[in-house]
Amino acid sequence: MPPFGTAGEPLSEFRGVRDRTVVIDTEHLTKRFGGQAAVEDLSLLVAAGEVFGFLGPNGAGKTTTVRMLAGLISKTSGSARIAGHEVGPEDSALEIRRIVGLLPENVGLYEALSPYQILDFFGQMYDCPDGPRRANIERLLRLFDLWELKDRPVATFSKGMKQKVALARALVHDPKLLFLDEPTANLDPEAAKTVRDCILALKKEGRTIFLTTHNLDEAQRICDRVAILRTRLLTVGAPDQLRASLSGHRTQVRLERTDDTLLHQVRERLSPRRVERSAEGFVVEVEDPDRENPEVVRAIVEAGGRVRSVTEVGPSFEDVYLKLVRG
Amino acid sequence: MRVAKAWIVAKKELAVLRKTKSVLYSVLAFPLFVAVGLPLVVMAAGGRGPGIPASVLPVLLDSFSFFFIIGTAALPVTIASYSLVGEKVERSLEPLLATPATDSEILLGKGLAAFLPPIVSTYAGSVVFMALMDKFTIAKLGYPYFPNPTIAIILIAIAPLACLLSVESGIVISSLVSDIRSAQQVGGLMILPFAAIYVASEIGLLPLTWLNLLAISGVLLVVDLLLYLVSRATFRRDDILTRWK
Ligand SMILES: Nc1ncnc2c1ncn2[C@@H]1O[C@H](COP(=O)(O)OP(=O)(O)OP(=O)(O)O)[C@@H](O)[C@H]1O
Ligand SMILES: [Mg+2]
Repeated sequence: MPPFGTAGEPLSEFRGVRDRTVVIDTEHLTKRFGGQAAVEDLSLLVAAGEVFGFLGPNGAGKTTTVRMLAGLISKTSGSARIAGHEVGPEDSALEIRRIVGLLPENVGLYEALSPYQILDFFGQMYDCPDGPRRANIERLLRLFDLWELKDRPVATFSKGMKQKVALARALVHDPKLLFLDEPTANLDPEAAKTVRDCILALKKEGRTIFLTTHNLDEAQRICDRVAILRTRLLTVGAPDQLRASLSGHRTQVRLERTDDTLLHQVRERLSPRRVERSAEGFVVEVEDPDRENPEVVRAIVEAGGRVRSVTEVGPSFEDVYLKLVRG
Repeated sequence: MRVAKAWIVAKKELAVLRKTKSVLYSVLAFPLFVAVGLPLVVMAAGGRGPGIPASVLPVLLDSFSFFFIIGTAALPVTIASYSLVGEKVERSLEPLLATPATDSEILLGKGLAAFLPPIVSTYAGSVVFMALMDKFTIAKLGYPYFPNPTIAIILIAIAPLACLLSVESGIVISSLVSDIRSAQQVGGLMILPFAAIYVASEIGLLPLTWLNLLAISGVLLVVDLLLYLVSRATFRRDDILTRWK
């Protein structure tokens, strides 16, 4: 996906160039608790149908942002619109809550009630008419393998099962926009995959998904774009594009054998580049692999190394994340 | 404010209440105890020796009529704090607040769920109480003592006002404490003023005349209105998610 909605990019440009509906649009959104900023100066655009990853270390302000956008807590300053409705005033907050589905950080289920009772209650709160509501509840409970357990109190469920009930609850009214705050935390790999597949299926149906996660691999695999936050927005972009923008490529050279003398000589020849020993050879940090790799290989050969293979290793998404967050 | 929305919340609360055995049993047990227990006491006392003198009986019966109010004041605070502190413990308020309902609708729903069971059980209990006592008073006084203006004011004015006071207290208490046990302990204090009135009437300090009962109703009404404002200000979504402990 081409880059759009990068922080600081003028809105008009975004709207003009891409013919896509903006679903989330924040400008200088800020939330303070006491004097302390939890989220500061956040300007973001999320388009309809995107899976938008929202990453950042603990305490970065992800949950606070989700709560502001879902109309649960007030903002301190700045502005935000959800599907054109202004975040803040009570009547537009009702409109926003109608079209938004929320999976909060804590599942927050009524432990004494059964999944069916819980979904039925929330379906009614969202004004879903009886027939479609029942059909939708059955579809969701079957999707998450909970239909057989639909009448058991949720208190008897495992964490993962509860997470699925909570996700079903977020979907009960067929929301156009979903805020999922760490949907796969605490899930076993298979359940996490079910949730990820579900997210992709929801995307196929044209829904927009705002996804908070600490799982970088997950973000990279399912998000069209990601934002990295640490109170302030650090960056926004497609995961591949973020990786490409980061310098620090590495060339991995497998050798027949290595020793300290060879390492020393190669370091001298390739200085000031960083050269590290790896299990089967050396790893050399390069700026521009295409230009520098021949030189790297020649230096190793001239130092007496016998090259088996040369592989280029780009910066991982984790590298990007850590570099930005440690900033 | 849409009452239908509040009613959906109330029905959910009642479904949870049905599973909360300790609360459910007290809602059922208290009026039953009063309705059957008090007549038994009167009959037992009346049956022995000279029995209760006919001149004292009306005072005693009026005080007993007021006894219901102690339950009406104790039960709603328990239910309201269960339903609010319970949601705090389960962290279930966030998804609830994410639905298209206003704070007032959610609050009204919770209030109704705490108000209705105690008031219904008070009324049901009082009907049984009056029927049983009339059997006794017809024999002793020559006429059925109930219903009369005293119990009418107690049931029509004081009971709902005391019930409302208790619901509102439950809401305010719930915002201040984070476990059900503390909520129950603080809520237990609710019965003190009503127990005091009961005792005062029993020993002749505060006869339960119409005028006195109307005065008590008036005081309750004022306190209810004030506490309504406090509880309404307490239940604001911003505070619930960020300031409630
Ligand atoms: N009610 C509150 N009162 C005071 N400070 C708060 C409150 N809620 C959040 N904060 C602060 O705001 C900051 C952001 O918190 P938030 O929960 O949004 O982080 P997060 O990115 O979701 O973290 P995590 O990954 O741990 O879930 C933190 O420093 C937190 O201490
Ligand atoms: Mg969080």
